[in-house]
Amino acid sequence: MKQNVWNPIETAPVAELQALQTARLIHTVHHVYENVPCYRARMDAAGVGPGDIRTLEDLSRLPFTYKQDLRDTYPYGMFAVPMEEVVELHASSGTTGKQIVVGYTRGDLEVWGDTTARALVAAGGTPGSKIHVSYGYGLFTGGLGLDHGAKTLGAVAIPVSAGNTQRQIQILRDFGSDILCCTPSYATYIGETLAEMGVDPSELKLSAGIFGAEPWTEDARHKIEGLLGIKAYDIYGLTEIIGPGVAYECSCQQGMHICEDHFIPEIIDPDTGETLPLGQAGELVFTCITKEAFPLIRYRTRDIATLSREACPCGRTLIKMSKPRGRTDDMLIIRGVNVFPSQIESVLFQTGQTSPHYLLVVDRVGNVDTLEILVEMSPDFEFDAVRLVEQKQREIAESVQSTLGISAKISLVSPKTIQRSEGKATRVIDKRRLYE
Amino acid sequence: MTINQLSVFVENKPGRLAEITAILQQSGIDIRALSIADTTHFGILRLIVDAPVQAEQALKDAGFTVSLTKVIAIGVDDQPGGLAKNLALLSGHGVSVEYMYAFISREKKTAYVILRVDDNDKALDLLKSHGIPILTEQEIIQGV
Repeated sequence: MKQNVWNPIETAPVAELQALQTARLIHTVHHVYENVPCYRARMDAAGVGPGDIRTLEDLSRLPFTYKQDLRDTYPYGMFAVPMEEVVELHASSGTTGKQIVVGYTRGDLEVWGDTTARALVAAGGTPGSKIHVSYGYGLFTGGLGLDHGAKTLGAVAIPVSAGNTQRQIQILRDFGSDILCCTPSYATYIGETLAEMGVDPSELKLSAGIFGAEPWTEDARHKIEGLLGIKAYDIYGLTEIIGPGVAYECSCQQGMHICEDHFIPEIIDPDTGETLPLGQAGELVFTCITKEAFPLIRYRTRDIATLSREACPCGRTLIKMSKPRGRTDDMLIIRGVNVFPSQIESVLFQTGQTSPHYLLVVDRVGNVDTLEILVEMSPDFEFDAVRLVEQKQREIAESVQSTLGISAKISLVSPKTIQRSEGKATRVIDKRRLYE
Repeated sequence: MTINQLSVFVENKPGRLAEITAILQQSGIDIRALSIADTTHFGILRLIVDAPVQAEQALKDAGFTVSLTKVIAIGVDDQPGGLAKNLALLSGHGVSVEYMYAFISREKKTAYVILRVDDNDKALDLLKSHGIPILTEQEIIQGV
């Protein structure tokens, strides 16, 4: 294992990688055309046959796949193999609509384990490392995704799953966990609980954490690193594509390397569908080229990101994606201004004296959108004079105004009063939907 | 010679004050004086009690946001101008008062004023050098 690299393909010359992608793309297009009626119909309607796809450039001739397609064909309409070949099912949480189901063959699980093993190795994992998985185990892909990776690597999976934070800390300490895997909001909560219990991070063996399944900022990274005394790595994935492991950070942390030998990324203009050049921000689209059971073609992730082929000091040649700056469907439009919750989180970190726990409440009064930001004061915040509280609120409001161009009402609330989550945090309550 | 004031951050929700006073009651804590600052979405309850450290712990355990603040308690002649001359002294020497509230001792027939100022040391020196009585933590505990 050189330079914390698990699979030699991660550092292969780009030309070699693209030759592999081309062969795999051609194979997958035939596979879906023959086995998934929805794809056959779409391609026929677009006048594209499987034989028309011969190079990577031809990819843009294929129609997009949307989340709605997966809902319309629920549960098994997009499966490309008979159920006899499927060995595991997962489902999306269904928090933003009807849930969707995805399937894995034995080969798909090998691919999945290989991709999450790359993330673990990049974060310093080796055979024998103890991988503390606090993602939920179950239909959610977080828990089992990292679990498969740990086993592929020959590391020790500790399937703690989410919840019971004091016990998490006891296990971290007693079992000597090396790498923690969970959502960044749960990592923060574990770190805060650690401080409350009076446990010094140096009492833990923990050296790194792999955090994903929700957007988080650089400031959140520093906060978690301080609370837990570790290096924090981002991991990206979505249930529809494979789960965590679609992309992961190396120790250089200049973006996440996409496992493009399995998933070809594109950036498109979400309005026109046009492919955008490298470096430009747009919607991330993935095509699975090795998946057997659930291979999606040009799947619209709704995540807004950029791609970069800039050489990485780690030696990996895999293309890098930026942290998603938001989702096209997480984006709030408030009085005509596009607002991503992650932008507000950045503002809160910069102004300080608050905790990373906040809630955006959007409403419509008369015909005007209103935004209220509830944010917890940090435990040592000096609140004894009304002036001090109002001053802090004004400071945050001014900062939101100058950064995002919208006015917001800021309400400081007591520490620990915004509900904590053991999985994905709830950041937005949009009351406007009630009137639609 | 400052004393500990208990400050509690209270969100505007029905029943919060009742909850706080019930917790103090259960812990056997006696309230000597109190004041509340209220705004539209929160209030700050300030209390002088006979056992501030225990009271702070009891409220913290119950999940309240609470802190101890150093304030000054002075004795004031209960007659016109009693308070005015003390405040004139402080402002004349550039000490700002953030907030204040008063209570009266029935036994001693004296008024007491709790002051939170921007500079405790300077205020204490001034008050002491002008012979103004300053309450100690001990006197608060024993009752005045």
